[in-house]
Amino acid sequence: NINPCVQIIIHLLSVISQNSAGQFFSSGHTNNWAVLVCTSRFWFNYRHVANTLSVYRSVKRLGIPDSHIVLMLADDMACNHRNPKPATVFSHKNMELNVYGDDVEVDYRGYEVTVENFLRVLTGRLPPSTPRSKRLLSDDRSNILIYLTGHGGNGFLKFQDSEEISNVELADAFEQMWQKRRYNELLFIIDTCQGASMYERFYSPNIMALASSQVGEDSLSHQPDLAIGVHLMDRYTFYMLEFLEDIHPASKTNMNDLFKVCPKSQCVSTPGHRTDLFLRDPGSVLITDFFGSVRKVELTMDAINLTDPINPVNGEEQKEVYSYADQLPVSEIIHQKPKQKDWHPPDGFILGLWTLILLVFFKTYGIKHLKHIF
Amino acid sequence: MGLLSDPNRRRALISMLTRLNAPICVVCYFAGVAWFMGLAFEPFTLRTYMSENAMGSTMVEERFPAGERALATGREFAAHKKKVGGMPVDWLVKNMQDRGLEVFTQSFSRTLPFPDENKERYIVKGTNVYGILRAPRAPRTEALVLSAPCSPGDNNNQAVGLLLGLAQYFRNQIYWAKDIIFLVNEHDLIGMQAWLEGYHHTNTTGMSWSPLQGRGGSIQAALSLELSSDVITSLDLVLEGLNGQLPNLDLANLFYAFCQKIGVLCTIQGKLQRNDWDSVSGYNHAVQTMMLMVMKQASGRPWGDHGLFLRYHIEAATIKGVNSFRQYKTDATTIGRLLEGMYRKLNNLLERLHQSYFFYLMPSLSHFVSIGYYMPAFGLLAVILLLRALDLWVQLNTPPSTTEDGVADIDQVRHTLLSVLTPLVISHLTGVALYALPIRFQETAVEHFPVSETEAVVLTAIAIYTAGLALPHNTHRYYIVSTVPDVRGWRVLKLVAVLYLAVLLGCTALINFSLGFILALTLVPLAAFVTPHVPKVLSAFILVILSPACTLLFSVFFFQELQDMPVSFQDGWLLYLSVISQGILDHSLYGSLVYPLIALLVYPCWLLFWNILFWK
Repeated sequence: NINPCVQIIIHLLSVISQNSAGQFFSSGHTNNWAVLVCTSRFWFNYRHVANTLSVYRSVKRLGIPDSHIVLMLADDMACNHRNPKPATVFSHKNMELNVYGDDVEVDYRGYEVTVENFLRVLTGRLPPSTPRSKRLLSDDRSNILIYLTGHGGNGFLKFQDSEEISNVELADAFEQMWQKRRYNELLFIIDTCQGASMYERFYSPNIMALASSQVGEDSLSHQPDLAIGVHLMDRYTFYMLEFLEDIHPASKTNMNDLFKVCPKSQCVSTPGHRTDLFLRDPGSVLITDFFGSVRKVELTMDAINLTDPINPVNGEEQKEVYSYADQLPVSEIIHQKPKQKDWHPPDGFILGLWTLILLVFFKTYGIKHLKHIF
Repeated sequence: MGLLSDPNRRRALISMLTRLNAPICVVCYFAGVAWFMGLAFEPFTLRTYMSENAMGSTMVEERFPAGERALATGREFAAHKKKVGGMPVDWLVKNMQDRGLEVFTQSFSRTLPFPDENKERYIVKGTNVYGILRAPRAPRTEALVLSAPCSPGDNNNQAVGLLLGLAQYFRNQIYWAKDIIFLVNEHDLIGMQAWLEGYHHTNTTGMSWSPLQGRGGSIQAALSLELSSDVITSLDLVLEGLNGQLPNLDLANLFYAFCQKIGVLCTIQGKLQRNDWDSVSGYNHAVQTMMLMVMKQASGRPWGDHGLFLRYHIEAATIKGVNSFRQYKTDATTIGRLLEGMYRKLNNLLERLHQSYFFYLMPSLSHFVSIGYYMPAFGLLAVILLLRALDLWVQLNTPPSTTEDGVADIDQVRHTLLSVLTPLVISHLTGVALYALPIRFQETAVEHFPVSETEAVVLTAIAIYTAGLALPHNTHRYYIVSTVPDVRGWRVLKLVAVLYLAVLLGCTALINFSLGFILALTLVPLAAFVTPHVPKVLSAFILVILSPACTLLFSVFFFQELQDMPVSFQDGWLLYLSVISQGILDHSLYGSLVYPLIALLVYPCWLLFWNILFWK
């Protein structure tokens, strides 16, 4: 005999809790990956390695394990002969935070950080002998964070002082990832000079991009350390990390706050972002959707009897069994017979060209030669 | 038809060339001189900037603490130097070993071709002592050098003391990526030459030295320190090296950047820079600084111990501490910090310094003129020679108005070419005599005249030079073919001489712009105007005034003027004689090319013009 008002309230509460549960599961991803790349070598580019390692630390702190992080560092600053504090890479002068430490797993180091390796990691086209730690084993329910830092220009990023990756190549790589269903959503962050030019060409869905400066602007470094003698961090990454320090795995902060990080007064350059390819509203995207690894845990109070086979509820027919789609059907490719190509009539252009040639021939040499042809 | 193949147009061009030749030459000459003077005007210069990315902005906090202890070490060094009467080798070796360096010595000896009266030495024997600070974690592939000379008397004791103090401080740091070699060389340049030859396994000057036991990899940069007082008021940077070679401008930029950071007064050519470039006195100051650099570069001698490193493509400079009458004094700790900062920045280098200019002139420490801006001044002077050559060619190709017929013409052409050969050969033989005889015959000269060896050498050189003036009266007797004097023969000789001079000056200006420019300033006018038809006495006088020897005499007086130390004629003459002897010595000791160039190439060229003047 419950009061109808209270009944309505209980009903409403259950609906609301179902909605929040629904919201909890609305992002659509089940695992998180991070690809963090530093593309510069040499001692005076210390800050790029420090940038990448600081993002690595934050991402690990928020829950993404080393097995899901691909860390690429183009040079070894910690063991550089010029480092007055060997085996350390410092990121913040005041806090003297050593981002190197004992538990850093660098997957691609030194000369292995090349454009080819980076694209192979993204698209998954690695030789079979590549160890798991060097692979991006994402699937169509993975949210991937990609962070690039180094020296860049209008439409390119410099790798290792010897080669470049262009924004077109990067956009095509992301399209390959989309077609091979290697990501659910992608967050692309780049901290270089003229970084916004790198995300101009993206055309695949579900990509959100942030850059530290617009085309024609330089990204500036933050603070020099007078004992080490180099700049320790870049401004954009520094303020982004200060922002991330306030994030913990249960934060509800969303992407709109990340877009506000490092305004022109602090960064001198104008950070930019691009959300037109992203299907969800950025206001509803949590920071932890990309930077953290929030495991969705479903609690149930019902006991499940595992000895009997599960009987379908409501007498539904048994659904068909799903099997995992082979991403790269190697056997088909190896034993493939050449496919019969359909015959297409020759292109109008080719026809026209041949007609022209014949006409010219006959005009020049006269129609009497026609009988020699036919 | 084309401009040059149409005979009418060609004739018009040629007539314009012959008509306007003299005015264009005069205009070009004054334009060249004006361009050169305009180089020091500040809006035409560029501010210096650091080109090497690896050296970047100066951000290290220098922490060298031990300036006073360094001075005490210097005093100890002075005492031991006085006790031993030369280089205290054992004390230095023990001291460096105590500071943790790997110490080695090198002994060398050299007998000079004739006694050096400036430094009072003839048979030189000495020892270099150097200690290598090995980089703690790096492979031994690259090195930096810090050197201080062991000078007689009270000079440079503080330099050696500071060197040892820095060695001890550097030894305690772990961030060195290159080996650092601390060198104390005896007999300044001779010792340095012996050390460099031993280090690079070359023997170009005939010195005998013991091989080096320890080595440090290829040297990336070197600094030489000269400090003779406990406190200084300013630091002077010396860049000019052997044969006028200069180190990479980035080294000067590095020095200037650190001077500004630490707040030490820094000068170049001993002159402080001024901010009032638009006033006349400001411009004068800049011109004086630039002219000093031009003079020093033209002399081809190394103006500091660093000068010999440049030949091995090692960027090097000398830093001199100057104590003059100023209020603000800088102590040894600050100098130590400046050097520490410079070495930390050089430590960051990944390749040799190559991003900045190798050819430049500096009207002040913060401004420079690159080769692209100063070469047109020389180009304008060289154009005069080419115009003159074209004019002569045109004159030679127009048939003569005299009544010689065609048959005799061919003989005449052959005749003139061969007759050109005679003056050429004789002038060059005189040049060879000027080069070789003074040193060879110094003993006979000393026997017959009451002079010392040095004076004998110099006076023999001047005598041979003057004897060359008598030549034209004799060469006429040695024509190979025919005795018909030819009025056109001098044109062929002048054409050859003008082209020869153009090539010679061009090549010299490429290597040593200052020398080429100064020679061009005096030789180009005389090459342009001299013919057998100008008034003989006046022209002879002008030719002698514009000859290389007199140019040198005037340069000596001018150089002293620029340094605000004008000399009387007597002292100037003695200075001139010592300059000639130094030039000859530099050539045999270090391979300086100025003396052979003047004796073997420029002087014969000038003799050819003298010959033309007296052509009969």
